[in-house]
Amino acid sequence: MGAVIVITSGKGGVGKTTTTANLGVGLAMLGEKVVLIDADIGLRNLDVVMGLENRIVYDLVDVVEGNCRPKQALIRDKRYDTLFLLPAAQTRDKNAVTPEQMKKLCAELKEEYDYILVDCPAGIEQGFRNAIAGAERALIVTTPEVSAVRDADRIIGLLEAADLGDPKLIINRLRPDMVKRGDMMDIEDILEILAIDLIGVIPDDEKIIISTNRGEPVVANDNGSLSGQAYRNIVRRVRGESVPFLQLYKNSSIFSRLKKIMGLSG
Amino acid sequence: MNLRALLNALAGKQDSKDIAKERLRLVLVHDRTSVSPEFMEQIKEEIIKVISKYMEIDTANTVINLHKTEGTAVLEANLAIKAIRRPG
Repeated sequence: MGAVIVITSGKGGVGKTTTTANLGVGLAMLGEKVVLIDADIGLRNLDVVMGLENRIVYDLVDVVEGNCRPKQALIRDKRYDTLFLLPAAQTRDKNAVTPEQMKKLCAELKEEYDYILVDCPAGIEQGFRNAIAGAERALIVTTPEVSAVRDADRIIGLLEAADLGDPKLIINRLRPDMVKRGDMMDIEDILEILAIDLIGVIPDDEKIIISTNRGEPVVANDNGSLSGQAYRNIVRRVRGESVPFLQLYKNSSIFSRLKKIMGLSG
Repeated sequence: MNLRALLNALAGKQDSKDIAKERLRLVLVHDRTSVSPEFMEQIKEEIIKVISKYMEIDTANTVINLHKTEGTAVLEANLAIKAIRRPG
């Protein structure tokens, strides 16, 4: 029996789709059977991030309306044959799917697959309700900005109200140089405010844009990128492993600096 | 506190990330305590119901408000009492 995990954020543009694609590929790299569901009906994007946009025949709405079987709509990934995408419909609106239909679909898929990752649309309306309906776990993506963290807080409240407690936080696009200068909230600042568990931090990395240009998620690239490593670590944590967090910047407290000056620590 | 924050404090400056954190904190106090008018009406009715066991309340002159100030939120209820119900 598989796990259904929704990737959500409230605010748009913080990296939900990129995160969904990378976690999906990362899980498939470890041999898991994975389905990615693009729940952003009308604004389909997971297909282009995965580089599968030319292979779409059926979509999510076709499945829930019974125009095809789920298997027929699933698109197999180019490189990993245990990874599948269920694309969103592009010419319909969010109301074409109900939470009950999503619940039923997720329950059906998890009979056969190890992980069902649902890419949630931005916002807190019907699309959000649909995306979380079948999920039993939630990952919240945020960036170190006031607006994104504020929306994450709202989402945490809504997930709790929907009995999806204990969501895990992914902090995306962290810039260690700005954190060091005191011009970006650091990991501790955000965790203190949101009071949920951290599951990973992705440094801001141009390699993500480059790999998205090619339609090949960065997690599979063996180019030594820090963002790819960060995603691989999250994948292992999703599977229940305990993996130390990447040291993206040094905590330079007065105490540790003094110790360094006095030669007590290296 | 790190060295930079200490130097900033001495110079009377503030890191932009601390400004961000402070603004976020304030906006969240407001967000987290925001409730719909229907929700407030429901609270009002239930408070009146409970207090009515002991006192006769003038419901027309009863006001319930949620006040948000820096860092905290206060629920204020002003109930106009017509009479006290003596047990017995």
